[in-house]
Amino acid sequence: MEKKLIGRGVLVGAGSGLLAFVFARIFAEPIISKAIAYESGRDAAQALLDRASGITPEAAGSEIFSRTIQADIGLGVGLILLGAAMGALFAVAYVICLGRTGRVRPRQLSLLVATGGFLGMFLVPFIKYPANPPSIGHEDTIQQRGALYLILVFCSVLFLVLAVMLGQRLGKRFGNWNASLLAGAAYVVAVGIVMVIEPSLGHLHNNIAEYGRHATETPLPLRDPHGQIVYPGFSADLLFSFRFYSVAAQLILWAAIGLVFAPLAERLLTPDEVRSRREAVGV
Amino acid sequence: MSLSSASPLAVPLSTPLVTVQVRTVLLLAGTAFLALLAYYFIGVDEGAMSVFGKSTMIHEFFHDGRHFAGFPCH
Repeated sequence: MEKKLIGRGVLVGAGSGLLAFVFARIFAEPIISKAIAYESGRDAAQALLDRASGITPEAAGSEIFSRTIQADIGLGVGLILLGAAMGALFAVAYVICLGRTGRVRPRQLSLLVATGGFLGMFLVPFIKYPANPPSIGHEDTIQQRGALYLILVFCSVLFLVLAVMLGQRLGKRFGNWNASLLAGAAYVVAVGIVMVIEPSLGHLHNNIAEYGRHATETPLPLRDPHGQIVYPGFSADLLFSFRFYSVAAQLILWAAIGLVFAPLAERLLTPDEVRSRREAVGV
Repeated sequence: MSLSSASPLAVPLSTPLVTVQVRTVLLLAGTAFLALLAYYFIGVDEGAMSVFGKSTMIHEFFHDGRHFAGFPCH
């Protein structure tokens, strides 16, 4: 039974990833293209400034994959694989929860676990370190940014699991409603502490040294030696759209996992005679 | 009509499906490990750290998805 459920989870996850890819290909790719165009234009302006002040500009790195391959195949393979991986994690969590959640039925449990996955794996870390389009993110801070992000994802998921366990313990004393509220509050406080401790990306040592103290790494206007703006800062509208679509795509991914897995699990977990009896009554 | 846990129409799942058995634990841990490995290669490898040294093949291939799925990039 566990194997069947996990197999379903991986398949449903991959399918949901495909759905997220279709969405991303239509809505996100035009924004990614604009962001890359901004980056190239900025690099060109920077090169002109450098040459004017007698510095030899850095040569641009050669491209391994064309933009078409990155947008059509790389993005597709990436999101489908990511979906399959999230579907697998989802199914593992689901299988562990089964039978330990009181009167929650298999279908409802599917939605609950998917909500947990969306919050824990993506949305909560996103609050502190939101998704960034190309051209945002300094190369020499990638190691710190990567580590900070993964630590937050890890804490967010770990605390979510602990909060569920806490809620179950408190349930006997305070009732389900109050226990859920208390466990939720404990989660918010615990994750909040980690978010406060972790630095904003703009406050990383390298960034302060090179760019001054700013909250994020989002490119500011480029100025010539006289302080005239020669190239604009990154478009706020573009940044908002990218992040909005990024959240929407994850919402699609996790909602599809929860909604499609629910009836499949219910079918697997309901004995045949119960199902036929139900159909007879029309439940 | 309402479905209470005593009703014959309810799903009888009052006992955990998964208990601590070596086989089940291995299956779940193995699945989780593979899933995290995929998560790592799509999102992190050849960025913050790299398994295959100083290559950027994986990074470039997953470039758009990496940005879009919220991973730090570049």
